[in-house]
Amino acid sequence: MRPFDYQQAPDATAAVATVARRPGAMFLGGGTNLVDLMKLGVATPELLVDVSRLPLDTVAELPDGRVRIGAAVPNSDLAAHPLILQRYPVLSQALLSGASGQLRNLATTGGNLLQRTRCPYFQDASLPCNKREPGSGCPARGGYSRNHAILGASDSCVAVHPSDMAVALAALDATVVILGPGGERTLPLTELHRLPGAEPERDTVLAHGELVTAVDLPPGSHRRSAYRKVRDRASFAFALVSVAAVVELADDGGTIAGVRIALGGVAHKPWRAERAEELLRGAQPTETNFGRAAAAELDAAVALAGNAFKIPLAANAMVAVLRDLTGRGGNG
Amino acid sequence: MDKRISLLVDGEERTLTVDTRTTLLDSLRDRLGVTSPKKGCDHGQCGACTVLLGGRRVNSCLVLAVAHDGAEVVTAAGLGGGGGELHPVQEAFLARDALQCGFCTPGQVCSAVGMLQEAATGQPSHVTADPGRAVELDDAEIRERMSGNLCRCGAYVNIVAAIRDAADPGRTSGTASAGARP
Repeated sequence: MRPFDYQQAPDATAAVATVARRPGAMFLGGGTNLVDLMKLGVATPELLVDVSRLPLDTVAELPDGRVRIGAAVPNSDLAAHPLILQRYPVLSQALLSGASGQLRNLATTGGNLLQRTRCPYFQDASLPCNKREPGSGCPARGGYSRNHAILGASDSCVAVHPSDMAVALAALDATVVILGPGGERTLPLTELHRLPGAEPERDTVLAHGELVTAVDLPPGSHRRSAYRKVRDRASFAFALVSVAAVVELADDGGTIAGVRIALGGVAHKPWRAERAEELLRGAQPTETNFGRAAAAELDAAVALAGNAFKIPLAANAMVAVLRDLTGRGGNG
Repeated sequence: MDKRISLLVDGEERTLTVDTRTTLLDSLRDRLGVTSPKKGCDHGQCGACTVLLGGRRVNSCLVLAVAHDGAEVVTAAGLGGGGGELHPVQEAFLARDALQCGFCTPGQVCSAVGMLQEAATGQPSHVTADPGRAVELDDAEIRERMSGNLCRCGAYVNIVAAIRDAADPGRTSGTASAGARP
């Protein structure tokens, strides 16, 4: 591991100022991903600015009914928080399906969003990788591609974003609060992460020195929501495919009044299934309509040599979640 | 880059100078001679390094020591307090023969102690049917909550049994089955 200096930030503004003026500086949260990447030689910061002790560790309702999650709230605490369990079950389920008990105790909300891909080529500093070393190539294309993207990939990168939490937040229309050297800005969570395009080294739209300080959830109860994760082991494994969905039925229960769906394990970012949502809005909650919507969403999917199974898997997982959430779908 | 830190390790105040790159695991093992946490994978995947940091179970291989100046650390060696006594979870591991080679055991018992505390405070898991209610630690719950601890000898059956016993000591005799000592 390359030598580095370490500082504890006295406050968020100072942390941002310090990192912004040092190109080699990085924020340290729980460290579960960053410290590992430093051991692997993938991350080589000169300075770590520890933001895990900043007073950003609470979950609280705002006056307008939104719920604000501090960026330093551990994943385990967030998953068990009464406000989250009562109003946003999809988020609790997504968090609890990720990592292990030990890791969830360390991992923070902000760090979970900004974790890097687990693409084996990205994590092996001896191999080419356009994300780690722009222009060096992508061995995942034509290599081991079981876990890679089927939507929104580019010639330069087929990595997927590994977070479960972010998929639930995408389906919840969460907002990210960002502090930069010039002040605060907010961004829909769906616009935080980017598709790889020609710059796969950029996971997000954040500028160097910008710090995620909070995530805001929209007001109201989102009881009819769920997260379903399909993986190679029953526990402690990344998603092959996952689905987060939030559904509202019309008062008579006969049609879908509102629906938001996000897919994980399929793209470089949490993938909002907007085509599927459009087809489902106002439609009857039937198996046929679910299947049609899922097929439309995955119409643009492109498989690599090792991950063609993800296309039907994602479609089936979407249908299963919608069926569970609406209690329908048995009758044509 | 060296920094001076102090840690409360198994009840004892320890002060040391660490390179910023040193993990909590390496500080404990190589600098302080506290060798009960084990280095298995060194990447947070096996759980052999699990300790209680500020009362919560964590992978000590992914924690930078410098980031936890002043923290309280409890390892498997300190779980029972002073005087060589064992923690009830450790007793249960012995009674159930919940190990073969024993390399993963210190991490398993620390993880189990942390997990039982989490369950007691009502933290749900991925398999909890009704989150928000009191947690009933059946075998599926124990397996899910302990998935961050690997045992390459495959002693899982008795590990689950030991933790079940420790979670509910009154049930021990009634559930003794696989691997119980005569």
